[in-house]
Amino acid sequence: MIQTGGSGEVVLAVRNITKRYPGIVANDQIDFDLKHGEVHCLLGENGAGKSTLMNIVYGLSQPDAGQILVNGEEVHFRSSGDAIAHGIGMVHQHFQLIPVFTVAENIVLGNEGRKGVTLDLETARDRIRGLAAQYGLDVDPDAKVEDLSVGEQQRVELVKALYRNADNLILDEPTAVLTPGEVDEFFGVVRSLVHQGKSIVFITHKLREVLAVADRITVLRLGRVVGTADPEEATPQSLATLMVGREVILSIDKAPASPGAARLEVRDLSVLDDRGSVTVSGLNLDVRAGEILGIAGVEGNGQRELVEALAGMRKPLAGTVTIDGVDLTGGPPRRVTEHGLAHVPEDRNKHGLVGPFSIADNLVLNTYYRAPFARRMIRQQRAIEEQATELMRRFDIRAPRPDAPAQTLSGGNQQKVIIARELTGEVKVLLVAQPTRGLDVGSIEFIHHRIVEMRDEGTAVLLVSAELDEIFTLSDRIAVLYRGALVGEFDRSVATRDRVGLLMACGSDDPSTMNEAV
Amino acid sequence: MTAAAIPARRSMARIGRLQILGLIYGFFGVLLLAYVAPNLEPADKGFTFEQPPDPARFAFDPRSIVVAIAIFFVATAVVSLLGDRFERITRICLLTATIILAPLFLVLALALSESGDTNVVSLAVESLRLGTPIALGAMCGLWCERSGVVNIGIEGMMLAAAGVGFTVYAVLGDAQGGGWLWFAILVAVLTGGLIAALHALVTVTFRVDQIISGVVINLLALGLTSFLRSQVIVPRGISTGEATSVIDVPIFSEIPVIGSQLFANKPIFFMMFAIVVATWFVLYRTPWGLRVRSCGENPHAAETVGIDVIKIRYQAVILGGLIAGLGGAWFSMESQGGFQDNMTNGAGFIALAALIFGRWRPFPAFAGAMLFGFTRALGTRFQILGVEVGDFSIPSEFWQSLPYVVTIIVVAGAVGRAIPPAADGQPYERSK
Amino acid sequence: MSAPTTTEERAPRRGMHHMVQRYFDLQPILVPIAAIFLALAVGAVVILLVGENPLTAYWALLRGMFAPDRIGATLGRSTPFIGAALGVAFAFRAGLFNIGVEGQLLIGATAAAWVGTWAWVADLPAVAAVVIALVAAVIAGGLYGAIPGALKARTGAHEVIVTIMLNNIAILYVRWMVGSQDPVILRDMSASVPRTATLPRNARLPELVGSEPRVHVGFLIMLGLCFFVWFILQRTTTGFEVRTVGANASAARYAGIGVGRVIILVMALSGSFAGLAGGGEVAGQSYFLSPGVFVAVGFDSIAIALLARANPFAIVPAAILWGGMLAGAPLMQQETGLSIDVVRIIQALVLLFVAADVIVRTIFRIRHTGESKGAMAEARLGAEWGSVA
Repeated sequence: MIQTGGSGEVVLAVRNITKRYPGIVANDQIDFDLKHGEVHCLLGENGAGKSTLMNIVYGLSQPDAGQILVNGEEVHFRSSGDAIAHGIGMVHQHFQLIPVFTVAENIVLGNEGRKGVTLDLETARDRIRGLAAQYGLDVDPDAKVEDLSVGEQQRVELVKALYRNADNLILDEPTAVLTPGEVDEFFGVVRSLVHQGKSIVFITHKLREVLAVADRITVLRLGRVVGTADPEEATPQSLATLMVGREVILSIDKAPASPGAARLEVRDLSVLDDRGSVTVSGLNLDVRAGEILGIAGVEGNGQRELVEALAGMRKPLAGTVTIDGVDLTGGPPRRVTEHGLAHVPEDRNKHGLVGPFSIADNLVLNTYYRAPFARRMIRQQRAIEEQATELMRRFDIRAPRPDAPAQTLSGGNQQKVIIARELTGEVKVLLVAQPTRGLDVGSIEFIHHRIVEMRDEGTAVLLVSAELDEIFTLSDRIAVLYRGALVGEFDRSVATRDRVGLLMACGSDDPSTMNEAV
Repeated sequence: MTAAAIPARRSMARIGRLQILGLIYGFFGVLLLAYVAPNLEPADKGFTFEQPPDPARFAFDPRSIVVAIAIFFVATAVVSLLGDRFERITRICLLTATIILAPLFLVLALALSESGDTNVVSLAVESLRLGTPIALGAMCGLWCERSGVVNIGIEGMMLAAAGVGFTVYAVLGDAQGGGWLWFAILVAVLTGGLIAALHALVTVTFRVDQIISGVVINLLALGLTSFLRSQVIVPRGISTGEATSVIDVPIFSEIPVIGSQLFANKPIFFMMFAIVVATWFVLYRTPWGLRVRSCGENPHAAETVGIDVIKIRYQAVILGGLIAGLGGAWFSMESQGGFQDNMTNGAGFIALAALIFGRWRPFPAFAGAMLFGFTRALGTRFQILGVEVGDFSIPSEFWQSLPYVVTIIVVAGAVGRAIPPAADGQPYERSK
Repeated sequence: MSAPTTTEERAPRRGMHHMVQRYFDLQPILVPIAAIFLALAVGAVVILLVGENPLTAYWALLRGMFAPDRIGATLGRSTPFIGAALGVAFAFRAGLFNIGVEGQLLIGATAAAWVGTWAWVADLPAVAAVVIALVAAVIAGGLYGAIPGALKARTGAHEVIVTIMLNNIAILYVRWMVGSQDPVILRDMSASVPRTATLPRNARLPELVGSEPRVHVGFLIMLGLCFFVWFILQRTTTGFEVRTVGANASAARYAGIGVGRVIILVMALSGSFAGLAGGGEVAGQSYFLSPGVFVAVGFDSIAIALLARANPFAIVPAAILWGGMLAGAPLMQQETGLSIDVVRIIQALVLLFVAADVIVRTIFRIRHTGESKGAMAEARLGAEWGSVA
């Protein structure tokens, strides 16, 4: 908790906000208010309607019913420009920055100063430096955004809102991309903002953070406000129950691992990213049968390139990848799959699914050419449909028919389609990247159980996740990926959040080296 | 530990794109040295710089020029194979080699023809002149694509402008010059803008696939202008009319050698230069330009800071259309006075290639347009020179195909590395 | 599990109403029909503007298309459109835009005109000679189509630009080959205008109806080709690969499909369909090749493929409509004095309204069911602009 509520004067309020999308009510008569100088947490699991509500408050979408009041007066926002004019600023979960622009260009965009007819970036630079100093948000106005780390980009987003004189800041899942250390630092920034008279709506689904930062808590479930809580009295368990609507088991029951021989062996692997720079360098790892190796790390430290190289989708610069002794370096993907690698990709819409195709076709996406799904290049419709019906039942995929297009499913069901496809057949090595991103608690539990089941059947599982909680819940061993190399490897039993967090932040778990590394 | 190993790995000479290009030049150089140069006869040829009589002249023996260039090509190949440390020099050599191709072809053409001299300044000015509609088309494409709307309808926009403009000129002014000519050019410009507004309506508002919309526009322009010609222009018996006349820019046209050739030219030609500079200025130096670029890179980010993406895209696409309209006017009212069916003849598509060649930037796109202007001018020049290899007179079709072949080479060679605006081609849907 | 959330109810509900809609969905037909009416209405305004009576003009056009003595000409005219439009549609399904059918058609026709006049071919039995000429057309068109495919797969060069350039190049070089007198390449020196020699009788496709243009066996071949394309796309693993690449190239790569290989294959097949259409015209219609014959056929085929929403079977009626309008236009011109280019304007408008179906849906209040946007909904062409495959 940062401090007790500010002056108590309500600066921003919504009354009876309702927003419908085809088939769902995203917000159902929501009441919410923000007092001057407080941090008001909006808690809810993915899909509860938090972002929808805040997009309405920020003018990005318009409610079907209800009112928005700023300083007690009703306002109607037709675009985010209107909201900005009323002193509202928002830092989105997915940063709304333009990578090829400089920091200054990103910040002034939409609020440009002029010198005659030309763009005045000089004055803007001075103001940005001033704001940076005032709030402790170190940014370089002339750096290109694509060269910045995630933490730096977040600071740019904050300065962008402050540059527009925002008094009421909406922070949408601001800690999702930060290391535990950076989260603490970020809470410091939030504290300093509140001290300087800002009021903050803090959206999150992480219980620990809520208790650390909130003055007040409002919980959303399925588009409705289901309760409010006082951070002094609430416990993680009580908040979780409120958020999900039932008792939640925060950990997963799993037997201790009994690992066998190494199935996936990676030696001296170096991989280039799309821009041609070395993003994974000289990486070595082993995953044994019957264990889950969790790879923690801040996104952008080479996870994507590593996973793609292991799956054969990206040719490594050097090194080898073997599964059960067979050299599979550099793919092609089909060869890797045929040797027993299953891959749940990070981006389900880009790689995992073909949206317009049916569930049945998506379930044979990488087996379509094999018996029984094809004979002499002719597709066997019946076999494809039978498998679909069977897998939809086994993996609890909720859809009207096997021929429903995958793009009409909810995120949780889409991910279950992918999981069902990848976990079927003989799997020697399971490669899972961000398997539960953006999913509801029910789907998360389901998927976690399946992954543990695979481990128990003797599959070697490599889990790459930005969610430290997920890494700690599932892994038998934990390694940290930092700037393309593994910088630490622990048994789960000896790993602590602090040590892992430190390694994620600076590549070393000795705090004395921290300054040098940064 | 591995950090030290990486640079070592990277400096290993690998056969990449640069090396392949270098080897192609090397092979070409060897070919010139071994086969072409020995077969050339000693001759006195020359480049002239002014119109006759008594022009300044640079005299040479084609053989020595060919040998010198061939040696440079071979040297380029050697440099390219020296490894990563020489990458910068390799790039400079390759660029120079590419630029040298132009004089090389010219020297070879002269060597293989009966003529002794050719005027290189007039060739350069001719390149600029023929590059005018391509540059204007490229600027049209640049505005559209920088705002996130792919435009393969540049061709149709120019054709419609050329046809409608000339029809108005013929109906109102009997195609006899004077004020109606200027009015007709204005109409052409507005026609381009109108067609672009249709493209914006279909792609931005209705979110139809932008490539399909472009095809529709090309088809519509072809039908509309053929209809106007057969229904309006032909019945009036007007086949040719008066085109814009040459303007002598005071003082500048007095500059020796180039003045009389470059600064005595027609109005749209001059306007083209102004538009290229203005495009650069507005795009990179004004708030509106920043907003246009933001819409082409990340429209949702633009939306979150209150920018009306739809409005900006309409503005940019229509501005592009107006520029393409001027390019259309060049065909029917500056290059010649008259309109024939499909008279733009692919210039819009070549403009698109110039835009890609220039990586969506104004000055490089202009340079690309001039490259195509140059290949066209070169083709015409070669035809005039009557180039013969042995007894075989190279057919005019070969020269005419040059710009198309160059386009394919450019697109295949450049696109791999050219990155379009990130949101180019993707329909934008407002948050609801 | 949590109680079923509302988010999971987004898939359409089951029930009688839905079943009826699914199996008797008229949408794919309704929108093009409405688009045609709208285009005719706008065309009528244009006709009124030049002082003619649109009803008279349209009546003449309709008789020119479908009167009993004219239907043969309509079918004859539409024959090459079917093959070329199949080429376009097939490429569409892989997310590729083959604007190069005009060039591939021309190259195919040239190959047929060349091979068909070889001396030893003339001595073969009739069926063999025709087959050899057509196979030559298929191979030539396929190779010419494979060029942009290979360039796209290897360097990322966008096929739209490359195919347009190849069209121009094909037109120029065919003109040279057919027209050149020194050296003589394909020119028939006994003819007064540039053209190739006439095919011997046994290298020709038999005539079915003696209209002008005639209906020949090529029409039946084109119908068979429609079935072939449908079968490839819907029933074979190759077709699955093609559609996957079209719908989501990244997912295709992830699934182990060789995207570059598929792109080259699709462009080669697409080109070979166009080549067959061109060869069929030489072997069945004109019996020789003169330069400049296939002007605008390429763009017409694109329009037909779009009108048919890339559905192989819908291409037949779309091509007949398109070819019929072109075949019927002269009668309209004869009776009203209107330029035949009116038809061109109407055709462009039809295409506009089919592409921008939102306009049509709004005006005619045709509802969207969301699921049945047809084959075109799978692939998106503009999205990969300039990006490397």
